[in-house]
Amino acid sequence: MSVRLSELKKGQSAVVRQVEDAHPDDAVARRLRELGFVTGEPVRVVATGPFGRDPILVQIGFTRFALRRPEAGRVVLEGATP
Amino acid sequence: MNAAAPALHVALVGNPNCGKTALFNRLTGGRQKVANYAGVTVERKEGRFETPAGRSVRVLDLPGAYSLDAASPDEVITRDICAGRYAGEAPPDLIVCVLDATNLRLHLRFALELKRLGRPMVIALNMMDVAKKRGIRIDAEKLSAALGAPVVETVAVQNGGAAALLAQLDGAWPNASATTTNDDTDLHAQVRALLADAVTMPRATSAVDDAIDAVVLHRAGGLAILAAVMFLIFQAVFTWAAPLQDAVTDGVAAAGEWVGGLLASMPLLQSLVTDGIFAGLGTVLTFLPQILILFLFILILEESGYLPRAAFLLDTLMFRAGLTGRSFIPLLSSFACAIPGIMATRSIADPRDRLTTILVAPLMTCSARLPIYTLLIAAFIPRRDVFGLFNLQGIVLFVLYFAGIASALAVAWVIKRLRRDKSEHMLIMELPSYRLPNPRSVLVGLWERAVIFVRRVGGILLALTVLLWFLSSFPAPPEGATQPPIDYSFAGRIGHWMTHVFAPIGFNWQICVALIPGLAAREVAVSSLATVYALSAANDDAAATLLGPAIAAQWSLATALSLLAWYVFAPQCMSTLAVIRRETNSWRNVWIATGYLFGLAYLASFVTYQVARALS
Repeated sequence: MSVRLSELKKGQSAVVRQVEDAHPDDAVARRLRELGFVTGEPVRVVATGPFGRDPILVQIGFTRFALRRPEAGRVVLEGATP
Repeated sequence: MNAAAPALHVALVGNPNCGKTALFNRLTGGRQKVANYAGVTVERKEGRFETPAGRSVRVLDLPGAYSLDAASPDEVITRDICAGRYAGEAPPDLIVCVLDATNLRLHLRFALELKRLGRPMVIALNMMDVAKKRGIRIDAEKLSAALGAPVVETVAVQNGGAAALLAQLDGAWPNASATTTNDDTDLHAQVRALLADAVTMPRATSAVDDAIDAVVLHRAGGLAILAAVMFLIFQAVFTWAAPLQDAVTDGVAAAGEWVGGLLASMPLLQSLVTDGIFAGLGTVLTFLPQILILFLFILILEESGYLPRAAFLLDTLMFRAGLTGRSFIPLLSSFACAIPGIMATRSIADPRDRLTTILVAPLMTCSARLPIYTLLIAAFIPRRDVFGLFNLQGIVLFVLYFAGIASALAVAWVIKRLRRDKSEHMLIMELPSYRLPNPRSVLVGLWERAVIFVRRVGGILLALTVLLWFLSSFPAPPEGATQPPIDYSFAGRIGHWMTHVFAPIGFNWQICVALIPGLAAREVAVSSLATVYALSAANDDAAATLLGPAIAAQWSLATALSLLAWYVFAPQCMSTLAVIRRETNSWRNVWIATGYLFGLAYLASFVTYQVARALS
């Protein structure tokens, strides 16, 4: 059972294991990898949206990205810390 | 360097938020041509300047891109021009790759990707001032060696901040060096190695960003701040702009009278100039103060980095309705006027989200509808207190605004249901670092938008005003005519004919006649009604004060309510339709917008009229 980025709570950090394609030719997954969601990269959830805790704001490298939950769900993590 | 040599063709390329446009403004001093790339609605910005040594340079500000693997029409343009295979654009002699020095983890990857193209390239490390303040140290030589391109430091927002880049353009051209790397994992590995080798970073984030985001993105506090910001913008657009608008109206009217005086010997030409051309000009220009104030706020918010935060806060709500958080700004702008709103949809990457936003933008109550609302509410709705706290007139106005918003959400939802392509809509949105807005960039942006607005709207509105002047002035009334002249004109005849269609929703022929000039701009309908009721009035305000009692005596309450409902939806703003045509490049979308707005307007008025009649 692997933890996904969409399951992290606000303030939690982890390390990216990989980005999974949700379907063949997944443009979202491709873009996430281009933006730096690659193996070994640390991520942290900085904030969550006010409605249904969606989207989530993720710090990766020196950058912050807002991801909707299905987008964050493609990122498989390891070493999640509360 | 020989000044007569052909202009060096430079393309500025970089990730969104790298400060590329500020650098462009710094280089060109705001002397720039803004247009579209052929066949698409991606903005093309080109400028010219001379280097200190006298070399003439033509510079293209390419749309921001995260990757050459394009995910939006903007990125396709950037990819193709950089690769030198965009039809109609010469391949650039030199690529200037602009990097945010505080965000190298992300931006270096794109630089490495560009390097693979094997074109002559210079790296501009931008925002070096912020980087230094945050204690970031970058070894430019190591970076240059790794990227195979000269590296210069720039501070686009400072006078002389582009000096190093200019010196580079005057010096020897860098050589092209193609390399053969491969997939993303490799690129990211290279970036990591490069960062470890050449960059020292005290901490990954800016302490200021962390502090502001903790407040601004707070689940309750963030929404409260957003509401306050919106309230302030509304106040400014509707209150502060008023004196400026009056000044513009008076100025144009005075100029029209003066010119008209010169033409006193030619009454027909005089009428065309004062009632046609200057009236049209006045209509266009009175919107300018509101639009400029609105854009001033939007530009400041955009430059400061707040706008993506607003999109973040509202994304889920808007997504449920079939929109996206990024629709927020275009829709907010549409409260002043749908035209700048529709133009602002260019920031929406997903073409489906963009089209939906364009289609519902006219439902936001634009300020052109206010004169009509004010007239009808003052004439028909009693000034009565409700629960001792609210005023009935104010409540009706609020209901009209709310009806617009609610129907926009409903329409967006229906479009989402009807759409065949149900594949996922991408959000993935960078929230950039907060920055103090640069006055120069704000002013350049404001000027750009003012020019675009006047050019886009000016032509069509002027042409229509002249056409409508013709329709309502010809043919002249016969000898001994008893009715107002407009009754005998083409417009009058069309109005009488239109009652066949509009009688079921309670419109008399006078209203129908007023709807025709209202095609050019909605608020013109007020002065047209005044004309039809043969009242002489200097301007819309005076028309409204005299017109109020006249229509209050002649119309039923049901008719007035029906007309109010009509204007919540009324598609009759030719300029908006023309902008939809331009921005979507399709007549089909214009017909869809016209059709559904007309249908909703008719339906709403029909229900309102019939229900009101049944109840009274």
